Amino acid sequence: MKQKMSIRVMGNLMLILTIAFSVLPFLSMFSAALQPRGSMPEGIQFTAHPHWENFAAAWNMANITPLLVNSTILVLVVVPAVIICSALGGYAFARLRVPVKGLFYALFIVGLTIPFETLVTPLYYEISSMGLLNTRWALILPLIGLNLAFGIVWMRSCFEQIPVDLIEAASIDGAGHGRIFAQIELPLALPSVSSLAILTFLSTWNQFLLAVVLENDPNMRTMAGALQSFVGQYQTDVVLLNAGALEIMAPTVILFIVLQRYFIKAMLAGSVKG
Amino acid sequence: MSNANLSEKTARISGSLAASASSRTASATSSASPTKAASPARKPHHWARTGRQMLVGLLFLLPALLFYVTFELWPIIQTFWYSLYHWNGIDASTYVGFSNYKEVFTDPELYGSIIHSFFLIIFFSIVPIAIALITAVLVKDLKSKTARGIAQVFLFLPRVIPGAAAGVAWTWMLADNGTVNQMLKAMGLGNLTRVWLGDSHTALTAVGIIGFWLQLGFCIVLLLSGIGGIDQSLYEAVALDGAGWWRTLFTITLPGLKGQIGVCLTMTIVAALASFDVVYMSTQGGPGTSTMVPGVQVYRLAFTQQRVGLASALAVSLMVLVLLVVGPVQALVTRDRD
Repeated sequence: MKQKMSIRVMGNLMLILTIAFSVLPFLSMFSAALQPRGSMPEGIQFTAHPHWENFAAAWNMANITPLLVNSTILVLVVVPAVIICSALGGYAFARLRVPVKGLFYALFIVGLTIPFETLVTPLYYEISSMGLLNTRWALILPLIGLNLAFGIVWMRSCFEQIPVDLIEAASIDGAGHGRIFAQIELPLALPSVSSLAILTFLSTWNQFLLAVVLENDPNMRTMAGALQSFVGQYQTDVVLLNAGALEIMAPTVILFIVLQRYFIKAMLAGSVKG
Repeated sequence: MSNANLSEKTARISGSLAASASSRTASATSSASPTKAASPARKPHHWARTGRQMLVGLLFLLPALLFYVTFELWPIIQTFWYSLYHWNGIDASTYVGFSNYKEVFTDPELYGSIIHSFFLIIFFSIVPIAIALITAVLVKDLKSKTARGIAQVFLFLPRVIPGAAAGVAWTWMLADNGTVNQMLKAMGLGNLTRVWLGDSHTALTAVGIIGFWLQLGFCIVLLLSGIGGIDQSLYEAVALDGAGWWRTLFTITLPGLKGQIGVCLTMTIVAALASFDVVYMSTQGGPGTSTMVPGVQVYRLAFTQQRVGLASALAVSLMVLVLLVVGPVQALVTRDRD
């Protein structure tokens, strides 16, 4: 029993160390962001007079307001579109007759592990030939398509877990596929839909590569994509850079803390399936 | 949801459907349920019914297929196509067969980037999973709900922020007067301090440390959730058998965590091989080419050097390597699940 106790203590110690390690970079950024402008901060240091006004300055210089609006619009279009397409398609794979179903499904499986670097070059020329480069659509349309491989696989397995007798009962009553889908299966699938929404939100909001390639104007990019030009501009101003970077991270962090239960559930389940 | 609850819901739903369905005429509904056909004369031929069912299925699938094919599948196919040409993105392209691939595997700068990405697997994948495993085995189960909640939130933070922001955070951590050097000085190791990301001897390892930070917390939570799900009676059984700590680890814990370890491996290996955000924000592949990875190299070749064919060949090679490494891991996990 005594030995067990010491193992527990060691485990908890490791856990606490890991947690400290996870938080350290954030503390370090905070500490730097609160130093006087133009100073050369060193590591983590306490200040008697924290300069909170640095955050206001960084807000303006990093153009946070237009970025927030932009990323919000992006997410508000991409997430519902992904959910609608994935729910309909996942339902088709789980319940309906589709010609060469196996082949179609394999096409989506292929997309699960394809790194975005593989397709970003042709995507650039495709969007360019559509005349959409540097418009809002340049990010919206591809991000819908690129989130669907996971969405389809996710929603299919979700619909397959719904007991079939429910659907049989309804089809005996003469409900069409549209009605069964909308009135029975979709409501039962809501928990999975909300998880999909969270995962799609994260991957869209944090998207960096596509934002840098497809939008020249930093203000049209995602919050993450805008970091690139901001860092390029203020590389030497450590104080401002850290304040701005913290603000760029803030929306996802705040949303995560508010909805932590749902985020953690979605991310754990999502990793297992993806 | 409990069983009773579920069947109650069924009853309610089918009741309401029956009520509304009766008000519609049979011909107006697109339903193809066989039990409903009233008279044999009005029953459609089998092939007609199948055709109509398939049409419905295709209609459901159509929106997803449209977006997916246009913006993912077609670009992938085109990458293969581009990789066989010399093209600067503007002028006419010339067919060069597999010579771009030859260049990928003979130019040290290009295959070097692939080697770097494999080196990163140590820090993105092997070290965090090993430490996560030890932590999970030692902690086993976080009994207190609050402790688990707090631990999970902090451990997930690195995964929630954009990878690009993690690059910025760690550029500052590892800077000349950053926190890492400050801590080294405080420990009396001041002679070890350096600009970690700016020194070509340490830069790649420093990038690896960032990856380690990104992956560790998530792996711990995932393995902890797995270890909590292992049947306690198994542990009691081997304890009665007189099994020691190591035998318990290898006969019960590791097999029980196979699925979770597979997930961690897949996720972290893909993150290492296809890394872009972190490297691009912290070093851009430098100094020199000491931290160049395929992702950043593809971007540079395609968009700053206008060598689209070569970029595509490297991109295809990257994709094939990811599939070659991840495929066996995935196969192992899914085979065990069935």
